[in-house]
Amino acid sequence: MHELSIVASIAESVTESLAAYPGARVVEVRLRIGALAAVVEDSLQFCFGIATEGTPLEGSRLVVKIVPVTVHCEACGGEGELESLQSFRCPRCGEPASDVRHGRELEVESIEIEEAEERVNP
Amino acid sequence: MTTRIVELRQGILKKNDELARGLREQFSAAGVLVLNLVSSPGTGKTAFLERTLRELKTGGARVAALVGDLETDNDARRLAASGAPVRQINTHGICHLEAEMVGRHLEGWELGALDYLFIENVGNLVCPSSYDLGERVRVALLSVTEGEDKPLKYPTLFNSADAAVITKMDIAEPCGFDREAALKNINAIRPGIRIFETSAKTGTGMEAWLDYLAEEKAGRRA
Repeated sequence: MHELSIVASIAESVTESLAAYPGARVVEVRLRIGALAAVVEDSLQFCFGIATEGTPLEGSRLVVKIVPVTVHCEACGGEGELESLQSFRCPRCGEPASDVRHGRELEVESIEIEEAEERVNP
Repeated sequence: MTTRIVELRQGILKKNDELARGLREQFSAAGVLVLNLVSSPGTGKTAFLERTLRELKTGGARVAALVGDLETDNDARRLAASGAPVRQINTHGICHLEAEMVGRHLEGWELGALDYLFIENVGNLVCPSSYDLGERVRVALLSVTEGEDKPLKYPTLFNSADAAVITKMDIAEPCGFDREAALKNINAIRPGIRIFETSAKTGTGMEAWLDYLAEEKAGRRA
């Protein structure tokens, strides 16, 4: 499974964005993961603890929001949420629809950080 | 201490995606059609690619291949017998190829002197689906020995594919392969996808596959 690679990438990009907040500690990391992203939340949670050891993310919570799969239908022009990942059909008119608009997301939405009150800007 | 929320809205695989975009531009400028072949271990990617390389070379096309495996250069040696330039990428435990690995293994190759470049991914139907390698065409392969419901079990990969190849058609009958069910399942996940029913052993279906490659190549260049 590639969840460890994914978590390592999360730790890297979050650490980079912390450069703007010296001395800050990460409390929570919020992800948006598409239902079609082939990533398993349990594995993410398991790897997160390991991969964040010794980083500014150590001890933080990982919160995962699953984004449902939506498809755009060429036949009726509508867009809707897929009822089953086993059948890519328009939920409105039932025609085959493979134009996926949402559900592949692999994104760090936001982080909650704790910072020293008297921040000194260099 | 004060807490605050910092909005990031950042792609987790941003670095890979950026590298892949760079590669795609490079491939397109060089006029080489790049394909990423993905399947389970044992589907017959290497045998299918051996035959593809051989036939393309016979037809006068300039071809090359990168082949990903956790360990060994066995597949690269098999493919090199076709006479095409081949390089092995050993991932040493990583279950998929990443754009950075592809970029690193292209060093010294003149892309403009190639018509087709095939990237044989690590045998795995899950992890490679998240990693863009800069390819134009992603090919999902499925053999007649694997069970017709594989596309339903691995929708992420089959949905992200541009073409599907069924391999080992020569043993479809003894395996009790339900062709109709397989086609129906692939279409359920990726409606309208081009499907090729092939055998690297007998050559069944290779002509249609080679025609498709030529069409893609011509279409992309125009």
